[in-house]
Amino acid sequence: MSETALTGPVDWTSDQAAGRRRSRHAANRRLQFYGIAAISTAVGLLGILIATLVIGGYPAFFQTKLTIDFPIKAEYVDAADPAAGNYRNVVRDALRELAPEATTPAQQRQLGQLLTNNAQFFVRDAVVANPSVIGRTLTLTLPAADPIDQLNKGLIDRDLPESQRRVNDLQLGYYDTLVAGGRVSAPFNWALFFNSDSRFPELAGLAGAITGSFYALLICFLISFPVGIAAAIYLEEFAPRNRWTYLIEVNINNLAAVPSIVFGLLGLAVFIQIFGIPRSAPLAGGMVLALMTLPTMIIVTRNALKAVPPSIREGALGVGASKHQVIMHHVLPLALPGILTGTIIGLAQALGETAPLLLVGMNAFITSPPGGILEASTALPTQIFIWADSPERGFTSRTSAGILVLLGFLIVMNGIAIFLRQRLERRW
Amino acid sequence: MADVALATRDVPTPEFQTVRTPDPHPRPTKVKADNVKVFYGQKQALNGVSIDIPVKSVTAFIGPSGCGKSTFLRCLNRMNDTIDGCRVEGEILLDNRDIYDASLDVVELRARVGMVFQKPNPFPKSIFDNVAYGPKIHGLARSKAELEEIVVSSLQKASLFNEVKDRLHEPGTGLSGGQQQRLCIARTIAVSPDVILMDEPCSALDPIATAKVEELIDELRENFTIVIVTHSMQQAARVSQRTAFFHLGTLVEEGPTDHVFTNPSERRTQDYITGRFG
Repeated sequence: MSETALTGPVDWTSDQAAGRRRSRHAANRRLQFYGIAAISTAVGLLGILIATLVIGGYPAFFQTKLTIDFPIKAEYVDAADPAAGNYRNVVRDALRELAPEATTPAQQRQLGQLLTNNAQFFVRDAVVANPSVIGRTLTLTLPAADPIDQLNKGLIDRDLPESQRRVNDLQLGYYDTLVAGGRVSAPFNWALFFNSDSRFPELAGLAGAITGSFYALLICFLISFPVGIAAAIYLEEFAPRNRWTYLIEVNINNLAAVPSIVFGLLGLAVFIQIFGIPRSAPLAGGMVLALMTLPTMIIVTRNALKAVPPSIREGALGVGASKHQVIMHHVLPLALPGILTGTIIGLAQALGETAPLLLVGMNAFITSPPGGILEASTALPTQIFIWADSPERGFTSRTSAGILVLLGFLIVMNGIAIFLRQRLERRW
Repeated sequence: MADVALATRDVPTPEFQTVRTPDPHPRPTKVKADNVKVFYGQKQALNGVSIDIPVKSVTAFIGPSGCGKSTFLRCLNRMNDTIDGCRVEGEILLDNRDIYDASLDVVELRARVGMVFQKPNPFPKSIFDNVAYGPKIHGLARSKAELEEIVVSSLQKASLFNEVKDRLHEPGTGLSGGQQQRLCIARTIAVSPDVILMDEPCSALDPIATAKVEELIDELRENFTIVIVTHSMQQAARVSQRTAFFHLGTLVEEGPTDHVFTNPSERRTQDYITGRFG
């Protein structure tokens, strides 16, 4: 044994010993406090973000509508060809009936601006769908124009001088008449989900963007999932450990950190310029997103494969399973929950990606949902980008609402990932 | 205390001569290893091991940790192939066939030379599927009934059937450690191997489970050639007919178990079995 002399019996009850213990406990508490402070900051900031979005986006989930009686006069609409009628005049007459005091053309113009600009097309579509109303009165509830919508939601201050107010005194009077007549309502804004983009905020919706995002994600998944898994299996299970595989590995890890706009440039140069994929098409967007997601997919899959205990591989090899059987029968099924979770999180990342889509033109102004992967389209984040850039007041709340919808999709996807992980996870 | 180990590490002993004591009643050789050397990258783990493993008997490999006994065991079914940078030299014959020869498929070899591992490693599947896996992948059963027969008889041979017959379709991972290890043995014998390699099969088990597995090993030797690596000298003495003592990558001594334990010819064997080092 060693000959080192001890310094004598230790007095654990001395003041110094107690002081040392106290300072250790204090250090523990400090560390805990730092952690709690960090988490509180993060949660607080997240709360502020969500609260801002909800407060800003909440009005966009409701749309002010005006209920108006449209006399469909035979002089304007020919029963033989209802689509070609003069609906402009139909709308004009209906509004005049509501406010007979508007007599000058200027007043009538102000009156016309209460309704959405597309009111005549709503009336036309209703008449075409039901031509029997010709000669009678058609009652429709149509979106109000954006300033009236803002006014109704209390976002425009009535007490401002007229020159600084977007709704002038005349319109204010007409609006009050309509309110008094019980013609103003603000139901849930389904148009936000079922309409596509529009120049008019009261008509703009996310349907085109959601469809475009769906197609792009589908393409992204179809490419990155099989390619990512195959690459990960090769690298993890078959590839020899040499300089080349090391190089590939380093590059994959680096690719995961490459700014996404670079992938967008690549997509523009290769997919659109060389392959000739149409601009703004979800196919191009999805392929760019797939490139971006691939490194993540490969890394996640490799980690999931690595996490399979070696004892399971050995057990399978020990009874004479071939490498293919070990992977397909044992390793892959055990790694699947991890792979699926990673895939969904990778797709969620792709869903929120904006920069590469801007470069392949998925920020176009498209007023109908794409019919396929080759038709021009927007995606959710690019739609938000477009709206954020638009000057009309109505788009401000729609931008927030769009972000909330996007966050909703992300939460749902992450929820699915958690569900799958808990459902499929097997213990060994 | 560790003087002996340190001294021998400094002296290179590549051409060390193994002390061999033949069996009084020699059995035919099942596995014959000749001058087997194993390298992990630059490091040499085994310095030329030669040994004859007799058929239908239990051969125990003993020795201190890191002496190469597990490494050598893993050569016998080419499990070392799966380790990166591992290189094996020399010749290993199974029934006079070189197991490293290109004509012998490693899948066939591992079916003929089964392996039981240190930690019980049943697949995360049902008890039935655990045992049925080997026969399934090798196509040993032509019908479902035949497969069931193989599973049941393997579980019986592993003396596990009575304990699990009512829950064959419950997960194998739900069994106790000792039962799991016997399940792994059943899984191994389900493909009817000639040789069973056991790498410290009882080191994760309690004494009662160990006793059961040892009893089982004793029964299995009627039909199988068994090679067992163990840290427990009592276990080696109890279950094996021949014992091989490894030290620092060399096979120091091999002979009949009672001879090695009662009257070892080598000083280092004597030191190890009397607990002076290791």
